Amino acid sequence: MAKVFIGAAAGFAGDRSDAGGPVVDALAAHSGPRFLMFETLAERTLALCQLERRQNPQRGYSPALERLLSPVLARCLASGIRIVSNFGAANPAAAAHRIAGMANSLGLRAPRIATVEGDDITAKLSAAELAVREIGGASLAQSRDIISANLYLGAQPIAEALNQGADIVVTGRVADSALALGPLLHAFRWRADDWDRLAAGTLAGHLLECGAQITGGYFADPGYKDVPDLAEVGYPIAEIDEAGEIVISKPARTGGVVDRLTVVEQLLYEIHDPSAYLAPDVVLDLTDVEVVETGKDRVRVSGARGRPAPDTLKATVCFDSGLLGEAEIFYAGPNASARAQLAAEVIRERLRKRLPNLKVRVDAVGVRSVLGASDSPPDLRGAQANDIRLRFAAQSADSAQIEMLLDEVEALYCAGPAGGAGVRRRTTPRLASASCLIERRYAEPRVTMLGGPA
Amino acid sequence: MRTVRLQEIANARTGDKGDRLNLVLVCRNPANYTAVAAQVTAERVAQVFAARKPTRVVRYDLPKLAAFNFVLDDVLEGGVNASIGLDGHGKSLSFMVLDMPVLIAADAPRPARGMQNKSI
Repeated sequence: MAKVFIGAAAGFAGDRSDAGGPVVDALAAHSGPRFLMFETLAERTLALCQLERRQNPQRGYSPALERLLSPVLARCLASGIRIVSNFGAANPAAAAHRIAGMANSLGLRAPRIATVEGDDITAKLSAAELAVREIGGASLAQSRDIISANLYLGAQPIAEALNQGADIVVTGRVADSALALGPLLHAFRWRADDWDRLAAGTLAGHLLECGAQITGGYFADPGYKDVPDLAEVGYPIAEIDEAGEIVISKPARTGGVVDRLTVVEQLLYEIHDPSAYLAPDVVLDLTDVEVVETGKDRVRVSGARGRPAPDTLKATVCFDSGLLGEAEIFYAGPNASARAQLAAEVIRERLRKRLPNLKVRVDAVGVRSVLGASDSPPDLRGAQANDIRLRFAAQSADSAQIEMLLDEVEALYCAGPAGGAGVRRRTTPRLASASCLIERRYAEPRVTMLGGPA
Repeated sequence: MRTVRLQEIANARTGDKGDRLNLVLVCRNPANYTAVAAQVTAERVAQVFAARKPTRVVRYDLPKLAAFNFVLDDVLEGGVNASIGLDGHGKSLSFMVLDMPVLIAADAPRPARGMQNKSI
């Protein structure tokens, strides 16, 4: 059996639209089963898509769909490269229709597009029923207004869609790694209890799911970890054989690097216990994985072990959590730190009297923002910085409270310390999320084929 | 023996799951694995992140990869969907641990600056 090639064209919805081109060119030069995978569904994205669908039943798919798919759709169809993506978000059927429309307007043959649905459990379980299934927290216990609740489906329905001949598979919420395991189950006909191979396919998906994060993206640290031509970093391609051995590479004439270090960093990214990475189809054990450089920008990954899949599936539940208000102002030049400190004290003093219950966070960008304690304001006395961006942030369900904070920061222009400049203010609706473990009986994966001749 | 900052001999990457941070530490030269294992303990990493008050820090060892996975609980201000800070993912936090001084064998090869991150 030939090797299977899976390229990754996107690791998140905001990824580059020109990343897929070189990957498709490289895949087109090979023969055998080839797939292009797009992962575009962060936790909150699905909830935002659900809100959009409520407004317009034709929408609710990934806002990145057109931007990421249109540059490569024609070439994939012409070269027999099949596309697997979670572009469907809250509305896979609408995404499928949109893709059919894109193909039509590009003058392409009608692709066979399959949707994978059944991840949405919003209507199946109440807030209270979800609350008792929440993992490690009690944020659902207050009967929140649930916006979305979606299971992470596994790879079997994706394989089924490919078995039915789909050129393009559009899913809602599935495990990111299933976007690669699905094609492997289809191509190699691995059994659903062939745990080591399922583990290898899950590992391949895990390595690919963040796009350039395995090829030199999110890696460079000049002088310590240099990456050639980072501006044109190539996105990854995995070659997987029937035994589950993986080789990671990237397209020729692209920037970036694939070596032991880029691969190991990604191998363990977002992992908890490396001996038990829980996926819908298998429990992946990374303990004995070996990573070996076999050539320039070629790394072999082998030794994944699998155990039977967990009894439950993870679900992400998103609920409304009010508004995030942020306002910034800067102070520069001599004594900037003392003026910034005074500005923070003015805001604190005024809000202490007017909004005593609003918890306001203060950051001094360039002095102390992402590092250090988050529950106390920065102490700028003695700071040598002469270019300080002061940031105030608060969250509340009451927009009047948020507006008052932002107004107070803006008022520092005329009524605060000398030289306050460059106020920017922003209010963003906030969605919070919780994770639950859900019995498998609530998962009802459905594969639907539309478009193209049967 | 000589003292180096961890950044001289190891790579780090952080990722998030809810309010939990994972921090991957990879030895650029696998020969330094034992020294790093002895010195970069869960307790020491907990001290680095003391300001964020971790409730639990666990280190998982991966000798075949010359790597470690640290898992820090409750350090992301509630996680990316709850934090009102600027880095709810904790993406920048990998660099906090790289400032840590560690003792390594004097004859351990020095990292070559500007190399294509070859294993050294």
